[in-house]
Amino acid sequence: MAIAAHDANLHGAIAGKPIEYQDPHQAVKILGFWLFLATDMLLFGCLFATYLVLRTHTDGGPTASQLFDVPGFAAETIILLTSSFTGGLATLSMRNGNKKGVMAWIIVTILLGLAFVGLEVNEFITYASHGATMQRSAFLSSFFTLVGTHGSHVTLGIIWMFSILMQVKKRGITPETARKIFIVNLYWHFLDVVWVFIFTIVYLSGVVM
Amino acid sequence: MLSGIGNFASHFFVTGDPMIYGADASILLVSLGILFVLTRYRKWGWLWQDWLTTVDHKKIGIMYLIAALLMFFRGGVDALLMRTQLAVPNNHFLTAEHYDQIFTTHGTIMILFMAMPLIFALFNIVVPLQIGARDVAFPYLNAVSFWLFFFGAMLFNLSFVIGGSPDAGWVSYPPLSELHFDPGPGENYYLLALQISGIGSIATGINFIATILKMRAPGMKLMQMPLFTWSALSASIVIIFAFPALTIALALLMLDRIVGTHFFTILHGGDPMMFVNLFWVWGHPEVYIVVLPSFGAISEVVATFSRKRIFGYTSMVASLLLISVISYFVWAHHFFTMGAGADVNTFFAIASMMVAIPTGVKVFNWLFTMYRGRIRLELPMYWALALIVGFLMGGATGVMLAIAPADYQYHNSYFLIAHFHQTLIGGVVFGLFAGMYYWWPKMFGFKLNHRLGVWAFWLFNIGFYVCFMPQYALGFMGMQRRMYTYPAGMGWTDLNFISTIGAYLMGLGFLFIVAQIVYSIKFGERDLTGDPWDARTLEWSLPSPAPHYNFAVLPQVTARDMWWELKQQGRTGDLRPTSEDLKPIHMPKNSGRPFIMGVSFFVAGFGFVFNWYPIAVIGLLAVVVTLITRSFEYGDEYHVPVEEIQHTEAALGRLS
Repeated sequence: MAIAAHDANLHGAIAGKPIEYQDPHQAVKILGFWLFLATDMLLFGCLFATYLVLRTHTDGGPTASQLFDVPGFAAETIILLTSSFTGGLATLSMRNGNKKGVMAWIIVTILLGLAFVGLEVNEFITYASHGATMQRSAFLSSFFTLVGTHGSHVTLGIIWMFSILMQVKKRGITPETARKIFIVNLYWHFLDVVWVFIFTIVYLSGVVM
Repeated sequence: MLSGIGNFASHFFVTGDPMIYGADASILLVSLGILFVLTRYRKWGWLWQDWLTTVDHKKIGIMYLIAALLMFFRGGVDALLMRTQLAVPNNHFLTAEHYDQIFTTHGTIMILFMAMPLIFALFNIVVPLQIGARDVAFPYLNAVSFWLFFFGAMLFNLSFVIGGSPDAGWVSYPPLSELHFDPGPGENYYLLALQISGIGSIATGINFIATILKMRAPGMKLMQMPLFTWSALSASIVIIFAFPALTIALALLMLDRIVGTHFFTILHGGDPMMFVNLFWVWGHPEVYIVVLPSFGAISEVVATFSRKRIFGYTSMVASLLLISVISYFVWAHHFFTMGAGADVNTFFAIASMMVAIPTGVKVFNWLFTMYRGRIRLELPMYWALALIVGFLMGGATGVMLAIAPADYQYHNSYFLIAHFHQTLIGGVVFGLFAGMYYWWPKMFGFKLNHRLGVWAFWLFNIGFYVCFMPQYALGFMGMQRRMYTYPAGMGWTDLNFISTIGAYLMGLGFLFIVAQIVYSIKFGERDLTGDPWDARTLEWSLPSPAPHYNFAVLPQVTARDMWWELKQQGRTGDLRPTSEDLKPIHMPKNSGRPFIMGVSFFVAGFGFVFNWYPIAVIGLLAVVVTLITRSFEYGDEYHVPVEEIQHTEAALGRLS
């Protein structure tokens, strides 16, 4: 990989580490990805701040408690949390060198991700059909943007996982593909964490307050 | 049909002003000239293979530098147009609308398309060499960053002749910048160009943190890193924590304008102050992002030209990091007049004043480094000395502005204009020029001519004070920023005229820098030693310019100012490779994809600017294709064979 330019800086493979960290050139990329996640976290932080400022600005339109449907967002939450678990199982299979396990769990994770996105799209369409569009009020603008940004992250994650599935199928588990499996799962868990905040700050608080 | 096309063209292209036609003609002529020269001398292959597809940090740095100097010219011309308009009362050299566009593009270009690429130029050229690395952590990503910056800048500059420039100020506050008050593509250009180049900046921040943390030469501890590298690290940390706020501010305003949401409108519950907060949560750290590397460069220059190790290294590092942290707690001082209340204003006022403490530490440390040093007055040292004076005054007036109740008096007056120009020119430009002169021989293998450089220095410096000192007074006399003209009886005429003279002196200084560069390419003193300044850090142990793999054998670092230590001990030979030491070097392969990705972003951005969604979708799809093909790319590196290294090092006379 590109980082290989510096192999002498990064002293040889270190035994006893998980496969994705064994090659130092791959390990640097994992660090880089953590840094990227920090920036993405701040991106969501700004969206959350905007939502918190604007959530009462409904301009006489629909409010959070009128819109949010408990079974709907509960199902989304359960599906996404489960997909994070199956993603973790894919990482575990990777560390055990089990190519079939990796592929199977990635497929399950992708399917759960698709189910989540499907439910969310359905939720948005329902709201819009009741006149709650993102142009209706500042509250709805910030709601759709925050939750929609998360949803588009999940969509991107599905495409990304699919491309890694094809690479694992072709190349098996190498330090390089292992790093990719690890990183895409980091991303997936991160989206899960963001969802936990959306669940509490947007949906739960919205229904209660 | 024909009249339809004519009607479209008269809206699409900016028309009506002879200056714009002149610009159209010169852009066309320069473009044709470039095409002709490239074809005539069969340079297309060279351009593509050596530059457009390069992932070499040194070449990327040089491209950043060229882009920054070109943008400095563009932003400088904007400044001169403004000062010409303001030279006399009741002037109609520019129309009000044109004036609005020019102060908007001046500010945006100088901060985002001049200062940012200039610091990235120095990061790229200097940091890997200083820490003994062969490239940055992610060379491919580095090329992506550059091309996103480049095409963002191109998109922004295109607004000048196609569609019209943004005109809501470089801060672009809503509701003024909302569609209702500011129709037309100008504001969209601003939002998309900044968004595209901002993504590149975030990636650069990530890249340099990973590089500095993980790619240092064997043995180099954090507290043995040169101070410029420390400043790059702290600026990169600020970048990754500040830029996401800009991304969101721009994205939400774009949604308001394109999708019709109500984040910042005054209808349907929108809150314009939310934009102002998000903007400055990025905006204030941003000015520290550009000033920290300038401080880092000055620290290297002062130590080298005083022939002393830097005074108070540890406190220098601590103050860099402290400035990075405080930078997040000062943003509301840009709008004390918002009415947030005395408690909020007091917090931000005190935090803003506290910035003066670590900055003061740095100034004292530079002075104590010079104290009893053997000072040599070379060009980098001229600019370093000018920085200390200029920044001191800018900092002092900054503390004045930080006093919240007093700020109600000078808010948005020319006092503020004078203050931030004094910090951004006196603090950023001077320091980065010092760095540019200092590392120029390392980039190109020759020094810039001293005589022309001294002329440039004095013209620019005298012009700087003549231009901005009167503006402090004008601010006290009630002149507000962004005024397009003023009546004769205000008592502002003389000071404005003097200020304009100063601006032209600075312009003349810039021309001398251009002349100096052109002259020195042909006649400049060649640097055959690799260490023309008798300097202290590892980049000077390499030949100028350094071979593409930088270090044939990686240095073992045992001390701060490692190169100086080796010179003192007569052990410089330690860093020279012997034939037995040489091993094949792993290097990244060139790639055309970052360039194509930049073009794709440009197409997508252009589509969104004019709300031509098919074009925007094509551009975005092309971006996704480049991302996916990258994911499927394996084996993007190669080995430089030992014979090639041997050949290169022997040709440089370094093989022992």
